[in-house]
Amino acid sequence: MTESTDTNLTNPEKSPPEKPPSNLFARITGINTGWIRSLLIPTLALLVALIFGAVFVALTDLEALALLKEDFGGGLRLMAEGVGLAYKALFTGAFGSVYGLSETLFAATPLLLTGLAVALGFRAGLFNIGANGQMLIGGMAALWVALHLNLPGFIHIPLAILAAIIGGALWGGISGLLKAITGAHEVITTIMLNFIAFFLVEYLLTVPVFQEAGKINPISEFVPLSARFPQVFGADYRVSIGLLIAVAAAIFVSWLLFRSSWGFEFRAVGFNPTASRFAGMKVQSLLVLVMGFSGALAGIAGANQVLGFSPYQVTSAFAGTIGFDAIALALLGQSHPVGVVWAALLFGALKAGGRAMQASAQIPLDLVVVIQALIIVFIAAPELVRAIFRVKPPEKEKTQITKGWGG
Amino acid sequence: MVLELRGITKRFPGVLANDDVSLSVELGEILALLGENGAGKTTLMNILYGLYTPDAGEVLVDGQHLQLSSPSDSIAAGIGMVHQHFMLVPVFTVTENVILGMEPTIAGGFLDMKAGSKMVKDISESYKLEVDPDALIENLPVGIQQRVEIIKVLSREARYLVFDEPTAVLTPQEVEEFFQIVRGLQEAGKGIIFISHKLKEVLEIADRIVIMRDGKSVADVDPEKITEEEIAELMVGRPVELVVRKKQAEPGEPVLVINDLIALDDRDHTAVDGVSFEVCSGEIVGIAGVQGNGQTELIEVITGIRLSLAGTMSIHGQDITGASPRNIHGMNVAHVPENRQESGLIIDFTVTENMVLNSYYTQPYSRGIQMDWDIASQAATRLVKEYDVRTPSVDTQVSSLSGGNQQKVIVAREFDRDVGLVIAAQPTRGIDVGSIEYIHARIVEQRDKGAAVLIVSSELDEVMALSDRILVMYRGKIVGEFDPKKDSTTKIGLAMLGGTK
Repeated sequence: MTESTDTNLTNPEKSPPEKPPSNLFARITGINTGWIRSLLIPTLALLVALIFGAVFVALTDLEALALLKEDFGGGLRLMAEGVGLAYKALFTGAFGSVYGLSETLFAATPLLLTGLAVALGFRAGLFNIGANGQMLIGGMAALWVALHLNLPGFIHIPLAILAAIIGGALWGGISGLLKAITGAHEVITTIMLNFIAFFLVEYLLTVPVFQEAGKINPISEFVPLSARFPQVFGADYRVSIGLLIAVAAAIFVSWLLFRSSWGFEFRAVGFNPTASRFAGMKVQSLLVLVMGFSGALAGIAGANQVLGFSPYQVTSAFAGTIGFDAIALALLGQSHPVGVVWAALLFGALKAGGRAMQASAQIPLDLVVVIQALIIVFIAAPELVRAIFRVKPPEKEKTQITKGWGG
Repeated sequence: MVLELRGITKRFPGVLANDDVSLSVELGEILALLGENGAGKTTLMNILYGLYTPDAGEVLVDGQHLQLSSPSDSIAAGIGMVHQHFMLVPVFTVTENVILGMEPTIAGGFLDMKAGSKMVKDISESYKLEVDPDALIENLPVGIQQRVEIIKVLSREARYLVFDEPTAVLTPQEVEEFFQIVRGLQEAGKGIIFISHKLKEVLEIADRIVIMRDGKSVADVDPEKITEEEIAELMVGRPVELVVRKKQAEPGEPVLVINDLIALDDRDHTAVDGVSFEVCSGEIVGIAGVQGNGQTELIEVITGIRLSLAGTMSIHGQDITGASPRNIHGMNVAHVPENRQESGLIIDFTVTENMVLNSYYTQPYSRGIQMDWDIASQAATRLVKEYDVRTPSVDTQVSSLSGGNQQKVIVAREFDRDVGLVIAAQPTRGIDVGSIEYIHARIVEQRDKGAAVLIVSSELDEVMALSDRILVMYRGKIVGEFDPKKDSTTKIGLAMLGGTK
C-alpha cells in the first residue's frame, strides 16, 4: 500500500456520513446555505480592516493626539469623533445619495471587468497580473476605432469594444502563448508586458494618429460623440452603458465557467493540469485561451476608461491601478463571478466614498488604499481572522486561487 | 517489559478514528497491526508517536503512564518509527542522515563525522544491517534506504520499533531480507509493531495479530490458529473472495501490438528500451516489475501522454504512434492511470464532474460548448449505483471519498462503454480489500466481454492473480514471459530483479 499515509493524518480516509444541514435556517428551509459560509471570512476581514483603518485615522489625528496629553478622555473623544466623521463621510459618499450611489457604480465598472479577468485566470490556475497592460492595449485599440472610423453610434461603439476585446485578448494571449511554449511563468511575463504596454501607449499618444493636434505632451484627441458610451441615468450621473456591459460580462463569465465545456476545462486545468492532460484536454492551448479571455475582459475595461466618461480624452495613465486592484478584488470575491460583483461594489464604494471623505473630513484618500490592503491581508490569512473572532474552521476549505509560483 | 495502549479513543470531525482501542507489545515480540485503509491504524500509531493526543486513553511503558506530546517524547521513551515514506535527505550520506538531529560534535562545534560513522558501523554490525556509511542515499536502492531508517531509529536507542507498511515499496526478495532483519531485531530483544494490510506477510512474520476495523480493535489472534480467509473476513466485516475467479482465457485477435518501442523518461534517460509485445482480445496480460523500470513510461506512451522515440504501436491494426490521449480514448481504450489522485481524478471536482472528465465535450453532455449538467448528473447517478461507489451524493467532492471509492469512480468512467482495450496501472493500489475484489471482478468481466486487458502492477500477487500471461519488465526491457499457473512467484520475482530465467 503505497498510498500516502500522510493524507490519513488530516483526512482520515472514510467517507463521512451524510450530515444534516448544519444550521437552523438550512434545516427548516432545506435550502443549501453553504454559500453563506463563504461570505463569513470576507465580511469579517472587512470588519477588521475597518477597525484597523479607524486606528489609523485616530493616530493620524494630530489635534486629538496633542489634546491626549492634557485631557486623555477629551483626546479620545476627539479621536472617536474624527473616526466617526470619516466613516460617516465614507459611507454617505458611497451610499448616502443617488449621486453617491451612481459614483459607486461608476467606480465599480472597470473594477468588475478587470476583477472578472483576474478571477477567470485564477480559476484556471493562472495568475494574471497583467490586467493593466491588457486594459491599456484594449483601450488604445478602442481609441483607434473611435478616432478613425466614421460610423453611427450603434455600430461605432460595438466595433470599438470589439477592438478592445481583440487588443486585450492578444496582449493576454502573448503570456499564455509564452507559458504554453516555453513554460515562462505568467506572473513574470504579464508584469513585463505591463511595462511594455505602458510605454507603448505613452509613445502612441505622441504620434499624430492618436495625439491631440497641437499638443506636445502625450494626450489623445477627443473621442467623437458617436463613440462615447451613452450615460444610462442622464447627464448628471457618470454611469454609462459600461456598467451594463460589465454586468453582462459577469453573467457571461458565470456561464463560461460553470455551464460551458470550456469553463469545465479551465477549472480542470486550474485544479489539476496532469489529470486534465490524462483526460485528453489540450492544456497548452487552454492556457492561451484562458489568458485570451482574461485579457479580453481587461480590454473591455480599457475601452470603458477611454470611451466611458468625460473628458473623453486620455493620457497614458488611463488604466490607473485598476488592474492591480482587480487582483485584490478577485481574491476577495473568491474567484467567483458573483463574489467579484460584490467585491467590485465594495471597492467602488470605497473609492467613491473615499473621495467624499477626503473632501469633507480631510482624511487622505490613502486611507481607502490602506483599508483595501488590510482587507486583502485578512482575506489572505483566514486563520488570523478566525483566531480574532474564534470562528471554527470549516472541515474542508478549498478555494482554488492559483498554483504555486513555480507553476 | 511491555508497551501498552489502553482504551485509546480519537475523534475527528465526523469520524471516530479510534474507538476504545487497547493493545500491547512485549520486548522480543512481533505484533502485527492489520486493517484496511481508514481502519484507524495510522491514527493509532500517530498517537503512539506523539503526533496526536488521544481524546481518551493512555500510553504506558511497564505500567508507567507516558505523556506524549511530540515525537521527541516518544523517542525519549524508546519508541521508534519507520515511516512508509522514508524521512531521508537524498543528497546526504548514510552517516549524515543517521546523525541528523543529534550530531556528535568535537570542540569548537565541528561535526565529528568519525564518531558518527563509527556509530553507524557499530549498529549495522550488531544488527546485521549491512550498509555503507559513506554512500549517498539517492544512490541506494529502496531496501537499503529502509535499513538506514532502521539504523536511524536504533541509534536513538529505541526499544520498540513501529514499521508502517514496510513492505509496500519492496520487491519480494527485498521483503525476504527485510523479514530477516526484523527477526534479528526480535532476537536482540526489541518489541516490534508491524503495520500492514498484506495477509500473507503478516501470517508469516507475526507472533500475534491485532485486527482493526472501523476504528475498533476487533480481534487479537494467534497466526498459527487462523486462516487468511478468516483474517480477511475480520478486516472487512464480511466474507471476502481472496482469489480472483476467472475462466480459462480465450485469446482472440491481437488488439494492442507494440514493436521495438523506445521512450525517454522526464530526465531524458531511456526508460522504455526496445519493448515488443502484443495483447489479444479476451486475455489479461500483466506486466510485473519493480517500480521505476519503465512501466510508467510504457503506459504513458501507449495512452498518448508521452511521445515515443522509436518503434511502432497499433490498436486494432491502426497505427497510434503520436496519437493524442483523446484520439486513443476515442478508440475505445479505457485507461485507469497509475496515480488516481494525481492523474486519474480531479479531487476538488465533484463525482459528476469526474465521471464526465473525458467525455464532457461529447453528446449528450454538451452541445457545442453548452454543457448539460442535468444529464451529466443523471449519468453519474446511474454509474455510482452501477459501480457501487459509496458517496453521499454525486455532488460530493471526490476528495472526501475513500481511496477505493475514488478508484471505482475512475473504473466506472472508463468502463462504461464498449471497451476494446483496458489499460490499468496499479488498479488497486492502496485501496481496501472489498474494493480490490470488486475492481478485479470488473476487469475480468471486461476480458470476458472480449476486451484486451493490459495490467501493470508492482504487487506481484495481483499480477499473478489477474493475468493470463505475465511479462516482466526490468530496466526498460521485457526480460521474460511467464505463465501464472506454472511459474512460481520466486522465479518471477527473480526476473523482476534482473536475474536470469
